Amino acid sequence: MAALLEVNGLKKYFKSGSGMLHAVDDISFTLEAGKTLGVVGESGCGKTTLGRTILHLTDPTDGEIVFEGKDISNPTKNELKAMREEMQIIFQDPYSSLNPRMSVSTAIMEPLVLQGKLSKAEIRDEVKTLMDTVGIAKRFENAYPHELDGGRRQRIGIARALALKPKFIVCDEPVSALDVSIQAQIINLMLDLQEERGLAYMFVTHDLSVVKYISNDIMVMYLGQMVEKAPADELFTNTLHPYTKALLSAIPVPSIRNKKERIIMQGEITSPINPKPGCRFMARCPYAAEDCAAPQVLEEHSANHFVACCKYKTIKN
Amino acid sequence: MADNILEIRDLVVEYHTDDAIVHAVNSVNLSIKKGETVGLVGETGAGKTTIARSIMRILQTPPAKLCSGEILFEEQNIMALSEHDMRKIRGNKIAMIFQDPMTALNPIETVGFQIAEAIGLHNKISRAEAVRRACDMLEMVGIPSARYDEYPHQFSGGMKQRVVIAMALACNPELLLADEPTTALDVTIQAQVLEMMQSLKERLGTSVLMITHDLGVVADCCQSVAVIYAGEIVEYGTAEHIFEAATHPYTIGLFNSLPKLDSDARRLIPIKGLMPDPTNLPTGCTFCERCPDATEKCAAESPDVVEIAPGHLVKCFLTEVNK
Repeated sequence: MAALLEVNGLKKYFKSGSGMLHAVDDISFTLEAGKTLGVVGESGCGKTTLGRTILHLTDPTDGEIVFEGKDISNPTKNELKAMREEMQIIFQDPYSSLNPRMSVSTAIMEPLVLQGKLSKAEIRDEVKTLMDTVGIAKRFENAYPHELDGGRRQRIGIARALALKPKFIVCDEPVSALDVSIQAQIINLMLDLQEERGLAYMFVTHDLSVVKYISNDIMVMYLGQMVEKAPADELFTNTLHPYTKALLSAIPVPSIRNKKERIIMQGEITSPINPKPGCRFMARCPYAAEDCAAPQVLEEHSANHFVACCKYKTIKN
Repeated sequence: MADNILEIRDLVVEYHTDDAIVHAVNSVNLSIKKGETVGLVGETGAGKTTIARSIMRILQTPPAKLCSGEILFEEQNIMALSEHDMRKIRGNKIAMIFQDPMTALNPIETVGFQIAEAIGLHNKISRAEAVRRACDMLEMVGIPSARYDEYPHQFSGGMKQRVVIAMALACNPELLLADEPTTALDVTIQAQVLEMMQSLKERLGTSVLMITHDLGVVADCCQSVAVIYAGEIVEYGTAEHIFEAATHPYTIGLFNSLPKLDSDARRLIPIKGLMPDPTNLPTGCTFCERCPDATEKCAAESPDVVEIAPGHLVKCFLTEVNK
């Protein structure tokens, strides 16, 4: 099956006072229709920037983005507009991503009005259908965001993203701001929509239990680079990169049995400004050695399981 | 009981606004034994933080109103203390770690000064001695004391939370109220902070009230757990009771809504609906509307707390039926 989205060597650097900030550094992956790629990492690892760069919310520094066989790395204004119908985003914070002065129906209507393809009556019908789809009762039609709780606001965010019937949605921490009981409702809604419409998701999150649950493949990012990528189950059962190991062991498990040994990493994420050419995790890695100072090559360990660590074969599980 | 460092009896707190009364905490009973860590788990708006602030007596009144109840700290009702006496306890014997380390620190004072200030206020010592102890505290939480003169913005989130913890522990408190101490942090940093709190607690013998919405954090560090819903404690027990024999439908629902790392199920089981509006709580059980097993009785009257096993308390009618 041809990939829906192909990203090759994508880079996004930001200029900062003290040098170049490598937010996204040479990321490549492919995503098929109807599948979910989970992207995990700590704050500041570039996972949000990756999503925004693919959607051209910021322009890439270098690299290639191919969507449905078409190169969209440097789109013209019209191409960009057409592209936005196919690719959408759900934002992290349902409290700040909605315009407080727009009622629920106006907010959901906005993308359809901007698209300018439907008549007013058609748009009204479409908004009704969308509210039904995401599970917002009709009585909230004229409500404003401040009258709604986080779960309902995030449903509006999802309705807005769905309005133009996209094929690909970047979900940027869509459930992080929600309570667990509401989080489960939203995750189920997103899975239902994916099944019905064959949507492809790029699911950006720092919550590893959510990402395992929802993803087909998982990419682990550290300081702008991909350190490991594997099918979801494989990543958890056959973890190769020392960073992924530490990250997985840090998840607090809601059970008092089978307490696992925890790898406590020393120090914190280092600066992404003017990074050295070697492994970026080196400073915190318990297995660091001399050859880690050389640039790390992404190696395919087994089918679809990639790892960027020169030491992984010598590390025991 | 003498082995309880803190006992909350029948605490009721309301917030009076212009057009409604918010019933934030409704008849909460909770006790913490010496050296114990009690987890207080619940969702946003359940009343967790209001309880902690009541203990610290830092609720803003008005709008808040402490309607009834007693808070006994070392067998002394701190709700009856004068503000002058309370200031001797606050920050000294009872300390609090706030949720958001980004806003809990004063941006225009150095971190060292902020720690030394707390020490100086509660101990009759020289300034130099306070500074020396503040340096020790920084070292204890893993920050080089050379960073004493730096300002909060020069620290990362995890480091700031360490400073906040150092400040809370500076006077060797008997009781530590930790209000979501790791929620704003990444998992790897969370693991570091929890590990550090655990070892400090063991070393200093502090009792802790750990407020969180993360059952994973509770499993990591608590001996007892109280589950709070709409201002009421609906289930209380040891960690074994809650994690192995959860009985209240809300507690069970919470566990079901979590994605499990070791399960292949394709759908989560959410709790349907939302928490009731705290300005308009139902007459019966507060969880009634969302409860899969609710009966007519549940809608009509509020259930009493039942002890279903020694030390395992549940506020639900269904436990009686099941018996």
